[in-house]
Amino acid sequence: MLRNFLIALVLASFGFIFYNLYNSYEPHTELTGIAAHYAENGASEVGAANLVTAVVISYRSFDTLGEITILFLTAAIISFFLKLSKEDEEKVIIHRGTSELLKTASQLLVPIMFLFGIYVFLNGHLTPGGGFQGGAIIASAIVLAIMANPNMTINHSVIIWVESLSGVSVVLIGVLGILLGGGFLDTTLDGYGLGEFGTIFSAGTIPVIYSLVGLKVGAELSNILNMYQKSQKEA
Amino acid sequence: MEILELGKIGLLIGFLLVIVGFWGVLQQKNIIKIIVSFTILNTGINLVMVALGYVKGRTAPIIDSSIDGVVDNNVLNAIVDPVPQALVLTAIVIGLGVTSLLLAYAMKLFKAKKSLEINDFNDLKW
Repeated sequence: MLRNFLIALVLASFGFIFYNLYNSYEPHTELTGIAAHYAENGASEVGAANLVTAVVISYRSFDTLGEITILFLTAAIISFFLKLSKEDEEKVIIHRGTSELLKTASQLLVPIMFLFGIYVFLNGHLTPGGGFQGGAIIASAIVLAIMANPNMTINHSVIIWVESLSGVSVVLIGVLGILLGGGFLDTTLDGYGLGEFGTIFSAGTIPVIYSLVGLKVGAELSNILNMYQKSQKEA
Repeated sequence: MEILELGKIGLLIGFLLVIVGFWGVLQQKNIIKIIVSFTILNTGINLVMVALGYVKGRTAPIIDSSIDGVVDNNVLNAIVDPVPQALVLTAIVIGLGVTSLLLAYAMKLFKAKKSLEINDFNDLKW
């Protein structure tokens, strides 16, 4: 009883805070400060049509590097945490069998989902989307494949290689920014050019970096899913 | 009642989701339900942040044909604030990492006791 009362009290106080915040909120009528700078100079400085991508990959690329590190750490901790013993590795997952619909649909959909994921991260600087979203779409294709066939094996060494190579390449391109551009993780390199605005080969190294990020995120999330899948092994 | 503008609707729904998420985290007994409530809380906060960057009558921060018709063809008058959206992108990815860690922990707990009810885990309770 006391517990329910305390919960109600916490929620009511949150409601009170949010009510006052909501009432005192005045919507913006124009862009100010740093947002105005990004909006005005984003196209000429970075060359990306999608200004969110320009902010994420170029202006605030340190944040993105931290993000990639956090995802890597998550995958590493989960693989450490759900590690199986030698004998458990030999076991299989007992399941009730998957439906014919799911099996047939996954055969059709998985390649298309992979393709769509690749499309989303290749066009990250032009359309909504980018590396993280594309990687998540690729990982959802893996989920579908695992659900259709729970005992499917995912080639671990391929995942590890894709993940490590793309991670190292992102940092190397960042270092190239010191040598040829304005600083670490700068996307406008001397001699590389910005390209024609609004085309797929534009915005300096942003498409390259976002593709690598997409591959890395896709591989990492697939790795996490593989860990979840393997920890279901019973007999 | 006057019609709310988009930014205020987003703010309102975001706050509601935050409260629903908090309720779930505090009230639910099943670990999976707690994790789901946690993601609802996360989504609510993300929605509030995106809604704060909304400027009335403007379009997404992507420079293409959709901004041609605006005043002076100036990007500054056509788009919403891109900075909160970029921050939310980061927040979503970190939320994903936290959720996957929570799920891994739930799996480990289930293996230990064959139960997902939080009341069954009373080893540290005195």
